[in-house]
Amino acid sequence: MGSFDVERIRADFPILALKIGGKPLAYLDNAASSQMPQAVIERLVRYQTTQHANINRGVHYLSETATFEYDEARRKLQRFINVREDREVIFTSGTTEAINLVMHGYGRKFIGAGDEIILTTLEHHSNIVPWQMLAEEKGAKIRVVPINDAGELLIGEYEKLFNERTKFVGVTHVSNALGTINPVKQMIAFAHAHGVPVLVDGAQAAPHMKVDVADLDCDFYAFSGHKLCGPTGIGILYGKAALLERMQPFKGGGDMILSVTFEKTTYNTIPHKFEAGTPPIAAAIGLGAAVDYLSAIGMEAIAAHELDLLNYATAEVNRVPGVRILGTAGKKAAVLSFTVDGVHPHDVGTLLNQEGVAVRTGHHCAQPVMQRFRVPATSRASFAFYNTLAEVDALVAGIRTVQKVFA
Amino acid sequence: MADYKSLYQEVILDHNRKPRNYGTLEHASHHAVGHNPLCGDHISVALNLDRECIDCIAFQGEACAICKASASMMTAAIKGKTRGDAETLIQEFLAMATGKRDLDGLPHIGRLAVFAGVRDLPTRVKCAILPWHTLHAAFNSVASTSTEAEEDPMHAPIGNA
Repeated sequence: MGSFDVERIRADFPILALKIGGKPLAYLDNAASSQMPQAVIERLVRYQTTQHANINRGVHYLSETATFEYDEARRKLQRFINVREDREVIFTSGTTEAINLVMHGYGRKFIGAGDEIILTTLEHHSNIVPWQMLAEEKGAKIRVVPINDAGELLIGEYEKLFNERTKFVGVTHVSNALGTINPVKQMIAFAHAHGVPVLVDGAQAAPHMKVDVADLDCDFYAFSGHKLCGPTGIGILYGKAALLERMQPFKGGGDMILSVTFEKTTYNTIPHKFEAGTPPIAAAIGLGAAVDYLSAIGMEAIAAHELDLLNYATAEVNRVPGVRILGTAGKKAAVLSFTVDGVHPHDVGTLLNQEGVAVRTGHHCAQPVMQRFRVPATSRASFAFYNTLAEVDALVAGIRTVQKVFA
Repeated sequence: MADYKSLYQEVILDHNRKPRNYGTLEHASHHAVGHNPLCGDHISVALNLDRECIDCIAFQGEACAICKASASMMTAAIKGKTRGDAETLIQEFLAMATGKRDLDGLPHIGRLAVFAGVRDLPTRVKCAILPWHTLHAAFNSVASTSTEAEEDPMHAPIGNA
C-alpha cells in the first residue's frame, strides 16, 4: 500500500476501535454513511463551546465569529471541488435537498408540458422521485439511459435520447448500488452541445475522488457531508451563478430576503436566496473541518488506497463459489454489491453483523438497478480510505460462514 | 447480542430449505398478500375456513429465511386449529417477537419459541412477523382474493399486541 499509513489514519477515528459482539468492527457501509475523525468531532465541540450564535444577524462578538466561521466553511467547500466563486456554493441539508432545490428552483420555472428530462438507470431514488413529481405536475416526460450487464451506461443510447424537447439531464457521478463511475464530463459536453443543463449527483463521488466542477463544467453538483466524514444534516449544492440567479427560491423565510412588505418581497442575492432560516451552522463548520481533514490526506491518495481495497475484495470474493458480484464496470468506486446463492441478502447481513462486519442489505434506494439485474436486493460492502485488507478478509470469511450456516 | 446460533437454529434453516404448506390453494375462503416495503419481500397466505376450523392453509412468496421459516411454522402450527386459536397465537407471536412478553407468559407458543431471538435484532422483527400480519389480514378479508391483495397488512390493526 505504499506510503499510505492506514493504521495511523484509523487512530483518528474513535469509532473504528469498537467491538461488535466481541468481534472487531469491520465498517463496510461507507456508501450509506462514513465515520467521523476526532478532528471533526473536536471542531464541533470547539464551535459549540466557544463560537456559537446565530449568523448574519447580531453585531456582537459571537454572532460575528459564527458568521465568519460559517462563511469560511463555505470557502473550504468551494476550494474542495474547485468552484470559481464562493456564492456558487449553497449549504443544504444534504444531496436530497440539493436536488429538490434544483427541481423547485430551476425545474418548476423552466421545464414545461411536453419537455423531456433525461435520467439514468443508475440513479438513486433521490435523483428520480423529485423529477417524477415535476413531470407529473408539468406534464413533462422522463427519459432513461439504459445500462449494460456490467452496470455501465450506454452512452450511444444517451446521445440518441436528445431532441428539441430535452430540457434537463440528471446523472449520478458514481452509482451507489454498483460503484460504476460514469463518464460525466463527456455526458455534460454532449448535453451542452444541445444547450441542456446537467445536474450531477456527487454523493458517492465527492468522498472518494478529486472532484473539479470547473473541469467537469457541470451546471449543478450536489453531495452530502455525512458520507464525507462530516456531520449529518449538511450538504452542498454547487450551481453556476448565472443559473442560480435566474432560479426561483426554494424555501421562503428569514435570511433569503432583502426587504419584506405585505405588498412585495425582494429576494436576497445568492447564495442567501436559497438558505432560508437559520442553517445548520455547526454542521457546516464541521463539514469544513472534514474537507480539511480529507484534503490533508489527499483525495488522490484516498482514491488509490480505495482502488487497492476494491481490487483485492473483488478478487477474493470472486474466489468464493456461489457468490455473484453485481456491477463489473471498467471504472468503479470501492463498492462491492453481491448476492450469495440461495441466501436472502437480509440473512447475509444479519450473519455478517454477527461476525462484526457491517454491510448494507436491501435495494439501496436504487430499485431500477435491482430490476435491471432481476434481483430484489443485494448485500453491499462499500469501502473508505480507513478500511484495511484485513477487513476485506473478515468480509470474505463472513461470507463463508453464511454459506456454512445455509449449507 | 444474539449469537447467530440462537436465531439461525437448525429448525429455522430446515423450514427455510423445505417450507411446509408451500404453494397455492384452489378454493381459498381467505387470502392476503403481505409486503415488507423495507426490502421488497412479499408473502401470500391462503386458507380455507370450514365453519371455524382452518382445514387447509398455504403460503408462498419471495422472502428471507426468517420470514419464510416463520410462515412455514405458522402454517404447520395453525392447520386444523380454530380461527380463535389462530388469533391467540398471532397475539402471542407478535408479543414474543417485539419483546413485549417473555416466553413464560406465552402458553401456546410451543416450537415457535425459536423466533424469540429476533427481539434482539430490531431490523429483523418485521421479517418474522410479516406472515402473521398477513394471516391476520386474510382473516379479516372477504372470501375472495380480490382487492385485499393491494393493501399493506403491516398496517392492519392487530388487537392489543
